[in-house]
Amino acid sequence: MKKELRLMKGNEAFAEGAIRAGVDGYFGYPITPQSEVMEYLTAEKPHERTGMVVLQAESEVASINMLYGGAGCGKKVMTSSSSPGISLMQEGISYMAGAELPCIVLNVVRGGPGLGTIQPAQSDYFQATKGGGHGDYRLITLAPSSVQEMYDFVKLGYDLAFKYRTPVMVLSDGAIGQMMEKVEIDEQIPRTQDEEIRSKYPWATMGKTPDRERNIITSLDLDPARHERHNLKLQAKYREIEKAEIRFETIQCEDADFLFVAYGTSSRICQKSIQLCREKGIKVGLFRPITLFPFPKNDLKQVARGCKGILSVEMSAGQMIEDIRLAIEGSVRSEHYGRMGGIIPSPIEVAEALEQKFIKS
Amino acid sequence: MTEEIIIAGFGGQGVLSMGKILAYSGIMQDQEVSWMPSYGPEMRGGTANVTVILSDERISSPILTQYDTAIILNQQSMDKFEPMVKPGGLLLYDPNGITRHPERKDIRIVRIEASKEAAALGLRKIFNMIVLGGYLKVKPLVEFENVILGLKKSLPPRYHHMIPDNEKAIKRGLEIVEEVQ
Repeated sequence: MKKELRLMKGNEAFAEGAIRAGVDGYFGYPITPQSEVMEYLTAEKPHERTGMVVLQAESEVASINMLYGGAGCGKKVMTSSSSPGISLMQEGISYMAGAELPCIVLNVVRGGPGLGTIQPAQSDYFQATKGGGHGDYRLITLAPSSVQEMYDFVKLGYDLAFKYRTPVMVLSDGAIGQMMEKVEIDEQIPRTQDEEIRSKYPWATMGKTPDRERNIITSLDLDPARHERHNLKLQAKYREIEKAEIRFETIQCEDADFLFVAYGTSSRICQKSIQLCREKGIKVGLFRPITLFPFPKNDLKQVARGCKGILSVEMSAGQMIEDIRLAIEGSVRSEHYGRMGGIIPSPIEVAEALEQKFIKS
Repeated sequence: MTEEIIIAGFGGQGVLSMGKILAYSGIMQDQEVSWMPSYGPEMRGGTANVTVILSDERISSPILTQYDTAIILNQQSMDKFEPMVKPGGLLLYDPNGITRHPERKDIRIVRIEASKEAAALGLRKIFNMIVLGGYLKVKPLVEFENVILGLKKSLPPRYHHMIPDNEKAIKRGLEIVEEVQ
């Protein structure tokens, strides 16, 4: 059967994706440029469609702690915000990583630091991929570059979050959130029934049964030896994720002399820059990480073999470039080009930056 | 085929909804589409613009600085976007309120008296559909029936009683668009 096609904003596609993925609860607080997520959910009345709860909390801190409670019961829960709001949630996210609770947090990134601007940016890469809150933890970080991926990464995000019992960050930006594209809509996935939660997620606090000890959801353990064992278990999980869950895309890399490495909106701009460069006879390709953690280190090194240069294109002062350089280990010269404060680089300027850094210099 | 369009004017002229209807029409014709608005405080009462791309292929950048077509509905947008039309590209404008007409010699220039016509028809709200009709006459990239389907998809059901007026406006636009150069 032909799938239903709709023209939607990235934020709306994420919200519809949540309903269709059988999410149990959305808890959020409005902030530009992601307010359409909650606006769409409120207008759609998902409690009438699937029984999904949509709640505007009193703050971002409250939202993330509502996720903690819902996820502790094995429910599919999510929140969305933009950079300053995500900063407020970091304590709760760290607690969820520590307590091994699955959830999705969407960050529709805007320019920072501080209250910054409402225009798109990618300056929260470090925060998303290196931990964000306190303690040794990582978030699986998915970077959508289209409205379709905003929709698709809800389902993917929950598959990963429940498989590894860990929070998943969807790291988008204001441009992907605000633009409209064609979206293929899936069939409705039913919400998970309580019986199914009890059997699939024996850790969930769904009521103690006489045959087992009570389940405790906590990130606190005052015994250092036991707490180190817990940390080692978390680290082993992150290594497992690094082995099994790498995702990336390559475009026109086969014959490329130079590579753009970019995610999200920047990767879209780079695709146009590739056309402009190739019209001038400069063979450029794009390596697009889809998972930012785990970062596709080995694959990038493989694809970059024989290239003359790598240009990391980010709407930041240069954050992913650090992961690129660690991956490449000096085998290919790697440079950064970026704009900040809500400025989106144009395809022409990115193409010129590549020429400037590698050909004219 | 890839057509990269900027539609620019005042907030309230229906710039964003015109772009949305065009993009939905593209979907109805199995095209790839993107719709990227300017957003932010500058929109309140000020200028509004949207980049729409229609293509047979996967769309690269939704954000551009050069366009195949500029649809211009006020002077500020003329000043900003006339220089960004690709050589050989199209500039379509409504002369109402324009004090400095386009000067480029290397592009095709077409104009449409859409606001005058909307006032004459007593249907000011469908001004943007007259402009859309004018565009479709010059660049018939989407078939008329798909535009009507796109219109139905774009408008919430409570506005579906206005579809006949919108359709009339698009048809009127097809008739009154004039070649300048």
